[in-house]
Amino acid sequence: MTDQQQLDLRKDEVEAGTTTGLASPSVDVTSARQNSLWSDAWGSLKRNPLFWLGSLLFVFFALMAVVPQLFARGVDPRACDLAFAKDTPSSGHWFGYDPQGCDYLSNVVYGARSSLIIGIFAVVVILVLGVLVGAIAGFYGGVVDGVLSRLADIFYALPLILGALVLLRVGPSTDIPILNTRGPGAVALALALFGWMTAMRLVRSQVIAVKSSDYVAAARAMGASNRRILLRHILPNAVAPVLVYTTITIGVLIAAEATLTYLGVGLQRPAISWGLQIEAGQDSIRSAPHLVLFPSIILTLTVMAFVMLGDALRDALDPRQRA
Amino acid sequence: MGRYIARRLLLTIPVLLGASFLIFAMVYALPGDPIRALGGDRPISPAVAAVLTERFHLNDPLYLQYWEYLKSLLHGDLGTDFRGRPVLDTIERTLPITVKLTIAAVLFETVIGIAAGVLAGIRRNSFFDNLVLISTTLIVSIPILVLAFLAQLTFGLKLGWFPIAGTRDGIYSYLLPGLVLASGSLAYVARLTRTSVAENMSADYVRTARAKGLPRRDVIVRHTLRNSLIPVVTFIGADIGGLLGGAIITETVFNLPGIGREVFDSVRSQEGAVVVGIVTLMVFFFIFFNLVVDVLYAVLDPRIRYD
Amino acid sequence: MTGTTTVPVGPSGGRARTGELLLEVDDLHVEFRTRSGVVNAVNGVSYTLAERQTLAILGESGSGKSVSAQAIMGILDSPPAVITGGGIRFQGEDLLTMAEEDQRKVRGPGISMIFQDALSSLNPVYSVGYQIGEMFRAHRGTSKKDAKQKAVELMDRVRIPAAAQRVNDYPHQFSGGMRQRVMIAMAIALDPRILIADEPTTALDVTVQAQVMDLLKELQQDTGMGLILITHDLGVVNEVADDVAVMYAGKIVERGTVDDVFTDAAHPYTEGLMASIPQIEAKGGRLRPIVGQPPNLAAIPSGCPFHPRCARRRLGAEAAPGRECATDVPPLRLVAPGREAACHYSEEVLGV
Repeated sequence: MTDQQQLDLRKDEVEAGTTTGLASPSVDVTSARQNSLWSDAWGSLKRNPLFWLGSLLFVFFALMAVVPQLFARGVDPRACDLAFAKDTPSSGHWFGYDPQGCDYLSNVVYGARSSLIIGIFAVVVILVLGVLVGAIAGFYGGVVDGVLSRLADIFYALPLILGALVLLRVGPSTDIPILNTRGPGAVALALALFGWMTAMRLVRSQVIAVKSSDYVAAARAMGASNRRILLRHILPNAVAPVLVYTTITIGVLIAAEATLTYLGVGLQRPAISWGLQIEAGQDSIRSAPHLVLFPSIILTLTVMAFVMLGDALRDALDPRQRA
Repeated sequence: MGRYIARRLLLTIPVLLGASFLIFAMVYALPGDPIRALGGDRPISPAVAAVLTERFHLNDPLYLQYWEYLKSLLHGDLGTDFRGRPVLDTIERTLPITVKLTIAAVLFETVIGIAAGVLAGIRRNSFFDNLVLISTTLIVSIPILVLAFLAQLTFGLKLGWFPIAGTRDGIYSYLLPGLVLASGSLAYVARLTRTSVAENMSADYVRTARAKGLPRRDVIVRHTLRNSLIPVVTFIGADIGGLLGGAIITETVFNLPGIGREVFDSVRSQEGAVVVGIVTLMVFFFIFFNLVVDVLYAVLDPRIRYD
Repeated sequence: MTGTTTVPVGPSGGRARTGELLLEVDDLHVEFRTRSGVVNAVNGVSYTLAERQTLAILGESGSGKSVSAQAIMGILDSPPAVITGGGIRFQGEDLLTMAEEDQRKVRGPGISMIFQDALSSLNPVYSVGYQIGEMFRAHRGTSKKDAKQKAVELMDRVRIPAAAQRVNDYPHQFSGGMRQRVMIAMAIALDPRILIADEPTTALDVTVQAQVMDLLKELQQDTGMGLILITHDLGVVNEVADDVAVMYAGKIVERGTVDDVFTDAAHPYTEGLMASIPQIEAKGGRLRPIVGQPPNLAAIPSGCPFHPRCARRRLGAEAAPGRECATDVPPLRLVAPGREAACHYSEEVLGV
């Protein structure tokens, strides 16, 4: 790997937040070593309190998304009575009431579902796009790489929130399926469309780094086909940083969805979303702060789960932190 | 160095063209009705529709449309809103505020972030180091949306330390919003610097510097710091885009009439042309800033100048 | 205390008289305290170095040779490294009991060190002229301009072509051999009394190796400095060094002049090393490596640390009283005039 490639690899890893980007990566890829990578990682994870805390939160909110009834204490979020509008928390209703007089706890709890669905769906699309484009660009190099990298640069020039904002703004007036609904699919798609580039760069750098390793040269000398080399030898190496990136990105995307919904281009009523709740509550922030506070706290904790998990994974998998 | 800059500039041009085309395509070229894209749910009479079609060349082939769009862009004509006010005027009015806010944020992010990171990095595992680690994990997790409200509630309303909205208080109006805007980036910069410094301290060339008998201060400042800052500078450049997105929220919550809030209002009131105009400007600015950062990177790291 | 030491003229013919005693390492012990246990890297190492003397410290990776040198330089990372015993006397003064600031002032002007990988050992973001000039600026307060001038002179002295033009170049713009010369220039800038070279040629091509070693020898002759050469390369030791100390598991197991030790080893480990060198005359035969693995320094074998791999070991009933290889630690003792070895049965080894 040339010095320039090494520098590019570092730069991309830093931008993706998967590592610190300093010493040269040691790419030693026998399967025995891969096993040791994961078993070492598990050992390191076990010792990391961030991992346990993050996992706990993650399981908590995943359950909340799957079986919200449990957490909402069986209350229907849409059973509303204007008489209770904006009431503060009480023993029967831990989160009080929202401006429509609906039980706030159940509303906040049901909000987890859409956020997590959007976050995960968007990340899956990002992964598919990023891995595909990045692997092709990195592996074939030359003109293909040039074109794909410029494409990524162009999308990169549009920051996530801004790009998604414009796309979601014009989406409803287009004929494109999914995008012209105002539902979670549209939001997830918009987020993925402006968020795939970092994953692509990351995968591309990893592919380039491994492509020129002695190990791959040996595989080629043994007559392995391009596809086999790519799938069996190169991509498994990229898994570790991409895994770290994916985990953290779910958190970022959940926050982005709430922001877009707050701004009015994301989910629309009568969907239940933290962004909508915060937006509805902001005018009463002095008189009824609980309206903004509760969805904010739950949103933060959800994001925190993924950030902590991602951090713990990064520390466990970063070859420079090990030994 | 000159060749490096020239090459960077050359590479920027297709990106500029491509990004503006992307924005253009999103509004005018997607299958569907671009007039609705411009005006949203606003009822548009056939007469107005005809005028708009004429003005934006909506019946012409795509490449002509884009060419006209580029031409007007180069003349500084970003179109008008539905009340006939030129978008450029709106931008002139609101841009300075966002610039001040962004400068405040970048200053906070850079100064506090790097300082905290360096101090934590040279004293690994100390109390301060763990403090930085925990607090940055927390801050990075709090979305700017949430932080803005929380900060406004506590520091503005309850404690009264900062003005809660508006630009009346001059420079003080930008302190709290700037800090909020910078928060996530600040946390990340601190961590990045910390790890970068800690790793650099055990690098071979630092060992050489110590073997040369250089005073500790020289070893840290000259040999560790500059090398450690390289990845940090890279990150700050890439992150400006995020700041622009975050400015929308921050200006909205703190009622600062900058281009961020203008975008928000325009989305609300369905002024498509204004949104496109401002976003285009933001994108151009982002690209330019990245170019500056690339050059800075080359200044810090001589290895990439000679390619 | 200082004094002159003469080394007996060996079979290789006349050699320059060495001068006064510069360095005394006395029973040095260094431990690394890690999460998985204590690693005994250096276990009682003593050696001396005089002016004009070239001492080679020979050993495999993990033998403790680099650690002992880094301890002399005072650049060990502690934690996790801890110097748990012994003294290091430079021109009579114990470096380990000095104040930190005084220790620092010895590095550079008194003792300097060059490392194996010149690319990673030089700071990539500063020019070579800057890094060489640093020695003058930091230790003597020289001005930037003068320091650069001196850097050019030094680069000339280590025979880097076009020094005046290349003084502003960066390390990555030089070839491996040239980079190593830059390191040497940095190290000799302030005319140190001792130069420690830690595997200086391991990363270089053979022809470049020879050039670099010649340069070091020449500089030594010019300045009279003592040279400690740390290496695992027997060929380099043979060419360049006067005396050799063989290290194993953090201890010196044999010491003597290069001629003596290389022609007739007194320790089974040294014997094994010599035998493992491929001989061109023995073409077609098998290579003869030393069996077994280097020891785990966190769990050094009892008794003689080499005994698990030693073909000559005597265990149990076969051993003479007090000289059982698995339980009794052999001391480093005089086994012939001017030669020491740490083996219970050195006389047998020599006799063979």
